[in-house]
Amino acid sequence: MSLKYTKNPEKRSLPMMQGFAKWMKKNLFSTPINSAISLILLGLLVKLLGPFLNWLVFNATWEGTAQTCRHNDGACLVFIKEKFIFILYGFYPRELLWRPTLAIAFFIGLCFYSREISRWNKRLLSYWLILILIWAFLLKGGLFGLESVSLDKWGGLPLTLILAVIGIIFSYPLGILLALGRTGYLPLVRSFCLGYIELIRGVPMISLLFMASVMFPLFLPDGLVLPKLMRAQIAIIMFMSAYMAEVVRGGLAAVDKGQYEAADALGLSYWQKMLKVILPQALKIVIPPTVNTAIGMFKDTSLVLIIALSDLLMTTKTSLKDPKWLGFSVEAYVFVALIYFIFCFSMSRYSKRLEKEFSYGGRS
Amino acid sequence: MNPMIKLTDMNKWFDDFHVLKNINLSVGEGEKIVICGPSGSGKSTLIRCLNRLEAHQNGKIEINGIPLNDNLKNLQEIRKEVGMVFQHFNLFPHLSILENLTLAPQWVHKIPKEEAEEYAMDLLRRVAISDQAYKYPGQLSGGQQQRVAIARSLCMKPKIMLFDEPTSALDPEMVKEVLDVMVDLAKEGMTMLCVTHEMGFAKQVADRVIFMDEGEIVEEADPETFFSNPTHPRSIEFLAQILH
Repeated sequence: MSLKYTKNPEKRSLPMMQGFAKWMKKNLFSTPINSAISLILLGLLVKLLGPFLNWLVFNATWEGTAQTCRHNDGACLVFIKEKFIFILYGFYPRELLWRPTLAIAFFIGLCFYSREISRWNKRLLSYWLILILIWAFLLKGGLFGLESVSLDKWGGLPLTLILAVIGIIFSYPLGILLALGRTGYLPLVRSFCLGYIELIRGVPMISLLFMASVMFPLFLPDGLVLPKLMRAQIAIIMFMSAYMAEVVRGGLAAVDKGQYEAADALGLSYWQKMLKVILPQALKIVIPPTVNTAIGMFKDTSLVLIIALSDLLMTTKTSLKDPKWLGFSVEAYVFVALIYFIFCFSMSRYSKRLEKEFSYGGRS
Repeated sequence: MNPMIKLTDMNKWFDDFHVLKNINLSVGEGEKIVICGPSGSGKSTLIRCLNRLEAHQNGKIEINGIPLNDNLKNLQEIRKEVGMVFQHFNLFPHLSILENLTLAPQWVHKIPKEEAEEYAMDLLRRVAISDQAYKYPGQLSGGQQQRVAIARSLCMKPKIMLFDEPTSALDPEMVKEVLDVMVDLAKEGMTMLCVTHEMGFAKQVADRVIFMDEGEIVEEADPETFFSNPTHPRSIEFLAQILH
């Protein structure tokens, strides 16, 4: 907000420090109560941040062995240097690490490409589906001379990204369909959707994952064996879509009744009305809760560790079990928290931007 | 000649509340009907029943010879013939003015985009708003939005136009620009049913004025007679109130 001053031509000539002092006076110390609150919060910040920075940076051990770390007070960054490949990639064969790395690079590249909403069309959607195929191809191999890597070697960040991204890509449209079904005219479809949503929301994701790993195989026809990763993925999609459905339903209810009536009066069919008139408005309204759900789900994928899939959190925990490097769990968890934070914070920032870009000219 | 709209002993309830009681009404092609009455008298509900935004419970409604009932195909046909203009415009805020007009022709009538746009621009010129074609509804004034809403309905080439208090959400200085468009439309021979309290408009274009109270058609007369010489005590009271 302090930038506002520099935009004002009169104030632009002010030396920066003076501008900063003015900003402080206006925003932090305008009244006695405001000053007191500011001082308390600043004090708290210094008190908490100081020791943390000391630990993480100034007193940290950058070189040496576990022994050096144990002599020092600060964070053992040597541990991170030693273990970050394992945390990021799990048991994936060391000599083939370029494959998951490339997969992640493709993913991040496509994320950046998709940022502009002017590029949102059917082609982009197919790019994302192709991305999933590329992931499968790169990670699994076994084609075109790529060495095959068994699924239980997959782990770390690629695994977490697979579960979260495929989960989001599939659960969003499914959630929309469930929400439409739940609010639609067909009584049977409505009861089914309602039942599904309430059932799935009524049980913890952990129990769904257990069911996926233990019960799914019982329902599958003989001879068809789905790998555990896929079963977990299905459970995650089922779980996420129930939550997405409720988010979308909120949006459907928030669109003005007049919009439905105008579409009806023009003779649009149910699907035309929904696709062309209602959903574009409803989905825009619920961007913040949608992203909120997506962020929640991104982090919830870490629950797959209880059915022994080595996602990012699992590899972190495993890295702590190395007898040579016992006792550096704080470092490991701060590191993995940072990775989660980078992804979740990006989603949150992007949500802000989307909200802005979708505000159609003037007031809505 | 067959009437465009024919209601026979039509009744509607909202739960226990009897909103429309034994409505009988016949509207010929090109006829202009103004419906007025105190608020809560069922006049909006009546015209909303004509394209089934509200479903009636018994009695018959026929639009252009097609019976209006649970048959979805009939409903689809009827909605293609009947245009509707709402009190609050109900333009689609996420679409430009031009897209608002071309959406239904493109998807319902399957008209190619260029053709739909051409016709839409013609209509926008007719309501004197073609220079705003690429703006969004939120950037237009109320009067402009309502004129766009009228053009949007006309894009479907309807035979009947329903107006549900089209000017009551407008600032006073914008009422005339909307009424002018409606008068033009009336002159072109459109069949119109209009719920409004604009008595000037009623006198100028209406063939018949229908006065409703408590869900019934209480009085039906040509505007001259209705305004100068109402017969029913409730119409007299109502006119006394709105004319001060």
